Amino acid sequence: MLATSITFKVMMGTTLLGATAGVVGSYAVLRRRALVSDMLAHAALPGICLAFLIVGARDIFALSIGALATGLVGLLLVTVLCRWTRTKEDAAIGIVLSTFFGAGVVLLSFAQRHHQGNQAGLDTYLFGEIAAMQSREVRLLLAVGTLVLLAVLALHKEFKVLAFDPEFAASQGWPIFLLDFGMMALLAVVTVVGLPICGVILMAALTILPSAAARFWTNRLGSLLLLAGLFGGVSAAVGTLLASPVPQQLLGFNPLAFGWHPSHLPPGPLIVLTTASLLVVSLFIAPQHGIAARLVGEFRLRARIFREHLLRSLYEMSEAELPALPAIAESALVDYRSWNRLLVDWQIRRAERRGLVELKDGTIRLTPDGLTTAADLTRTHRLWELFLVEYANIAEDHVDRDADDVEHLLPQPLIDDLQRRLAEEGRLPLQPRVDIPPPSMPESPHELEP
Amino acid sequence: MPPPALEIHDVTVAYHRKPVLWDIDLVVPEGKLVGIVGPNGAGKTTLIKAALGLVPLASGKVEIYGKSLKQQRSLIGYVPQRESVDWDFPVTALDVVLMGTYGQLGWFRRPGKIQREAARVGLEQVGMSQYAHRQIRQLSGGQQQRVFLARALAQDARIYFMDEPFAGVDAATESAIVTLMQSLRSTGKTVFVVHHDLQTVAEYFDYVILLNMRLIACGPTKVTFSTKNLQATYGGRLTILDEAAEAIRQRDPLR
Repeated sequence: MLATSITFKVMMGTTLLGATAGVVGSYAVLRRRALVSDMLAHAALPGICLAFLIVGARDIFALSIGALATGLVGLLLVTVLCRWTRTKEDAAIGIVLSTFFGAGVVLLSFAQRHHQGNQAGLDTYLFGEIAAMQSREVRLLLAVGTLVLLAVLALHKEFKVLAFDPEFAASQGWPIFLLDFGMMALLAVVTVVGLPICGVILMAALTILPSAAARFWTNRLGSLLLLAGLFGGVSAAVGTLLASPVPQQLLGFNPLAFGWHPSHLPPGPLIVLTTASLLVVSLFIAPQHGIAARLVGEFRLRARIFREHLLRSLYEMSEAELPALPAIAESALVDYRSWNRLLVDWQIRRAERRGLVELKDGTIRLTPDGLTTAADLTRTHRLWELFLVEYANIAEDHVDRDADDVEHLLPQPLIDDLQRRLAEEGRLPLQPRVDIPPPSMPESPHELEP
Repeated sequence: MPPPALEIHDVTVAYHRKPVLWDIDLVVPEGKLVGIVGPNGAGKTTLIKAALGLVPLASGKVEIYGKSLKQQRSLIGYVPQRESVDWDFPVTALDVVLMGTYGQLGWFRRPGKIQREAARVGLEQVGMSQYAHRQIRQLSGGQQQRVFLARALAQDARIYFMDEPFAGVDAATESAIVTLMQSLRSTGKTVFVVHHDLQTVAEYFDYVILLNMRLIACGPTKVTFSTKNLQATYGGRLTILDEAAEAIRQRDPLR
C-alpha cells in the first residue's frame, strides 16, 4: 500500500496545481492570451535542458528556474517581434514556440547522450511523469499553488477590470502594464511548475480547457473562476490517478494498458483528455449554453409557434359567428392552412389538456379561455400586419408571411405601444366591434382565406 | 479666478511617429457641455485619450483644475467607445457599473455596501435598474451604452470624457444621454463629448472644440460654431499636415 499513499500525496499536489492553472488560465483566456501559456510551456524546454547541463542533476528547482528563464525570453521575443516588425501576434507566438521547442529537442538529445540524461529522465518532461516524484516536488507544487491562488484572490478586482476594459482601468490610474505583467507572471509560474506533471507539449491545455468548459455554465466571472478551478482540479486528480499504479493494484490489471503495453501511460495526456471530456459534456448538457438546452428551446419555440397558428386559425374560422363558439371540423382546420394532420392532432390534444379547446366527434370548439388566448394572438398578428402595411410599406397581400416571422417573439409592451399609436391615428376601431373579449380587435388588412 | 477645468498646453501626439495631433492649445472653463467635433481621422478620440493620459504625449502637458493629471485622476470619469470591449465577457450590468468605483477603492479593497449603492444609483440615473443582473451580452446597443454611462457616474467625477456616446443608439437612449449631460452640467460638472452629428451640436452643447489634426477653434458654441470655422474644419483635408505625417511615417524603415 506504500505506492498508494505516495500516489495520494502526489494527487494532492497535482489537484491544487490543476485548480490553480484553471483559475489563472481563465484570466488569460478572457484577456485573449490563451496561447501565451502554450508558448511559455514549449519555450521552457531549452531552459530545462540547459539547467540540467549546468547543474548536472535533475533538480526540480534548478530546472524550473531554467524553464522560467527561457519561457520569459520567449515572451520578450514575441513582444519585440510584434512591436518592431510587421509580424502579427499569433504568427509571432507560432514562430517563437516552434523555434524554442526545436532548440529544446536538440538540447534534450544532447543532454541525454552526454550526461546519462536518460537515467535522469529528462524526456519525461515531454508528456509528464509522476512515478519519480518526490515529496520535495510535491511540496513545491503545494507552495506555488497556494501562493498563486492567494495572489489571484487579492487581485481579483484589479484583474477583472483589466481583462474587461484595460483602457478604462488605465484611465482610473491602474498601472495596467504592471498588472498585465503580474497576470502573465502568475501564468508563467503555474505553467512552469506544472511541466514535470503535464509535460511541455500539453501543459497549456490545463490552463485553457477548464475555463472554456466553465464558460458553458455561468455568466459571472466569480463562478467562472470557481468552476474552472474545480474542473482543473478534478481533471488533474483523475489524470494522476489513472497514470499511477493504483488502478493496477486495486483491479489486479491495468485498464489503460489495452493488453499490449504493460507500463502505465504518462499523466499529461490523461489529464488533458479528462478536461476535454468535461468540456464535451458541458457543451452538450449545460443549461442555456449547451447544445441540448438549445435544441429543447428551439423545439419548444416551434411547438409554441405552431400552437399559436392553430389558435389564430380557429379564431379566424369562428370570427363570423362570434360571440357564439362554433364547432369546427378538424378536417376543415387541416385544410385551412394545409397542415400535416398528425401535427394538428398532436397540438390540438395538447391544447385540450390546457383547457383551450373542446374536442367532440372530430370537431373542435374554442373554450372561453381559448377564445381569449386566440383573440390576443390574432390581435397581435393584425396589429403587426397593420404596422408593416402602414409604416414599412409592405404590400397587403404579402404581409401575412412577413408578420409571421416576428410576431411570436414580440414583447407585450411593444404590442401595447403599437396598439396605442394605431388607435391615436384612428386606425383602430375605438368601440369594441363585438362585446366579447377582446375589445378593439382590428380587421385583417388582407382577405382571409376561405 | 478659479483654475479652468481642462487646460491643454502645446500637446502633440504621434502614433508610431506619425503625428495625429499637432500642437493643441486650449482652455475650457468649468460647468460646460463641450462637443468635440471634426471629420474622421481628425484626432477627436486621440484628444480625449491624451487628456486622460492613455496615449503618450510627444510634447506638451495636460492640466485638470490647474494640477497634473496624476494628482487629479479621481476627478475624471471616462466613457470609452462601446466597441472597445468584448460584450461577451462574463459580467452583469451591475458588475460593470461597480468597476467605476474601483479607482476610489484603491488596491485590494473590495466594493462594499457604499459602492454597490453608488452603482445602483448610477444604473437608476440612466434608467437601467431593472437590467442590473442581466449579462451584458443580453443588452441592446443603447442599453450597453447606458451601462457605460452609469459606470462613469459611479466614478463620481467632476469632469467626464465621453467617446461617441451617441453612436448607434436608439432615440430613447439618445434623449436619456442628453438629459443626463444637462443634469451633470447643472451640478457644476464639465462634460466632453466626441460628437459626429453636426445637426445637433448647437442644440446639445454650449461649448465646442473644432478639430482637424490641429485645433481650428475652441469656444462658446454661439460664436465658435460658425460657417467659417466649419469650413476650416471640414473644407478639405489639411494636405500639408497629412503629407508631412506620411513622409515621417515612410522614413521609418521598420513600418
